[in-house]
Amino acid sequence: MSLQRLWTRGAIYLVLIAFSAFYLMPFYVMIITGLKPYVDVNVTRMWELPKGFYLGSFLEAWYKVAPNFANSMLITIPAALISSFIGSINGYIFAKWRFRGADTIFMLFLVGMFLPYQGILIPLVQTLQALKLYGTIMGLILVHCIFGIPITALLFRSYFAGVPNELLDAAKMDGCGFFGIYRWILLPISMPAFAVVLLWQFTSIWNDYLIGLVVLSSPRLAPINVAVQNIAGSYTTEWNVQMAAALIAALPTIFVYLALGKLFMRGLLAGSLKG
Amino acid sequence: MATSNPVSVPGERTRFAAGSTTRKKKTLFRGDMLIAMVVLTPSIIAVALFIYTFIGWTFYISTVKWNSVIIDYTFVGLKNWQRLLNDDRFYTDLRNLVYYGVGFMTQCIVFGFLIAALLDQKIKGETFFRTLVIFPFAVSGIVTGVAWRWLLQPTTGINLLFAKIGLANFHPVWISDPNYGMWAVTIPAAWQFTGYVMALYLAGLRGIPQEVREAAAIDGAGTYTIYRYVIIPLLMPVTFTAIVLTGMNSIRVFDLVSAMSGSGPALATDTLAFFMFQTTFGAYRYSLGAAIGAFMMILSAFLVVPYLRSMKQEVEQ
Repeated sequence: MSLQRLWTRGAIYLVLIAFSAFYLMPFYVMIITGLKPYVDVNVTRMWELPKGFYLGSFLEAWYKVAPNFANSMLITIPAALISSFIGSINGYIFAKWRFRGADTIFMLFLVGMFLPYQGILIPLVQTLQALKLYGTIMGLILVHCIFGIPITALLFRSYFAGVPNELLDAAKMDGCGFFGIYRWILLPISMPAFAVVLLWQFTSIWNDYLIGLVVLSSPRLAPINVAVQNIAGSYTTEWNVQMAAALIAALPTIFVYLALGKLFMRGLLAGSLKG
Repeated sequence: MATSNPVSVPGERTRFAAGSTTRKKKTLFRGDMLIAMVVLTPSIIAVALFIYTFIGWTFYISTVKWNSVIIDYTFVGLKNWQRLLNDDRFYTDLRNLVYYGVGFMTQCIVFGFLIAALLDQKIKGETFFRTLVIFPFAVSGIVTGVAWRWLLQPTTGINLLFAKIGLANFHPVWISDPNYGMWAVTIPAAWQFTGYVMALYLAGLRGIPQEVREAAAIDGAGTYTIYRYVIIPLLMPVTFTAIVLTGMNSIRVFDLVSAMSGSGPALATDTLAFFMFQTTFGAYRYSLGAAIGAFMMILSAFLVVPYLRSMKQEVEQ
């Protein structure tokens, strides 16, 4: 029995380690290839470790994508902050001020979360052009904020739903109104929710490609993922530089994920509403 | 829930009944309720305009003659839809959607469940394994595509590893295959998304009370039987969620394919999203592009509607 148990445990760990290797493999390839000079990049020696610590490809990649990296920061940080704030107010209303029809409105919000953007891209471009926001960072921030309304409302709503109503009752007795309750009761305790939502919004806005491509494709203003795709799509760039650029594009979200992985997981689960 | 009551707070009604301040408090609440509605209004307008109006607008564009850079809203009925249905590329994309959907969903659900079930066995270093498996979800489709593009080249990448373990004769051309290229694309797609599905299953497994397993074990059920007849049926809601989310993902896949292979040889890795993008922003055939976008919307509705119906009960709790 115990021997059989030992076998089973061993097999379980073996399978898990195999899966881990599989999930790490592309990162491994990106890192080692990014650390090689072009002369050492060779199809038959793809898996070999770099001979030395060569940073040339990273420097070249950084030189190419640095402006777009900055653009992405300028887009992602404000958009994530604003949409999280809007989401906290909307979530508060959907959780604690359920006027007649509020649940229906909430469901209609959620539909927007799931639909493919292809069904709205053309009117989106038309509207942004009419608003003189097409091809601007402001325009892209606005779009991300609006498309973030459903998911942020959902995440905050589930969080605030867990706050006991007695607490709000007491605040009402003390004369707190709509804003008072938000400011003095919910805001101080909603930091964990803010962390989850900010993390979620940061990751999805940073990783966006389609909307950036459609709304802000000029090479100088484009977000990082559009720039990386341009580099990868041009046959003149060596693939050590491509890999290095891809890794640079992935760094902020990787960093955020490693620092706040637990929250990320919570966001994932809440995002599907089954958590 | 007491939807007739403006604020559904338990215990509130008893307090109302008790005091003489009832009237005053009620009007105060009503005032706050009004504020709540006013505060929500900009968001409602934004969603109504940027989502619902735009959807209707897309459908409308699909019925007009706007197939060049010059905007032309002359009504042509279903002509664009007819053109779409007569386009071979449309059917190739539907075939690719089936390939992608089947390959992607199967890998995500099977491996996602398997890893979750293994991690649920009181594993040392669970956090470590979990972090690794979800890790790819934190990077973009473009980054994934750039890395995997080289891993799935016929002359290098994975095939080198096969050669190293003595399988030199096994060298598929992966994404470059004119017939089955789409299946190869599902490998990186699943690489990215399996962690998410795993997280869903893991949460589901943690939600099953230990007593349920114990009761089944006492009845003499072995591990396989417990999973087959107790746990997997109990996890059906999670599986449903996973099917909807992966299905939705299949319909709109764009960035990963853009970074890996584009349309591929003989449109082997072409997708509806790619077709829509090139038609609209490459060829400026806006009305035809709108028809493709609208079609993708309809396809997604088949997944979204049942999913939201199942969520509705949870929302109203």
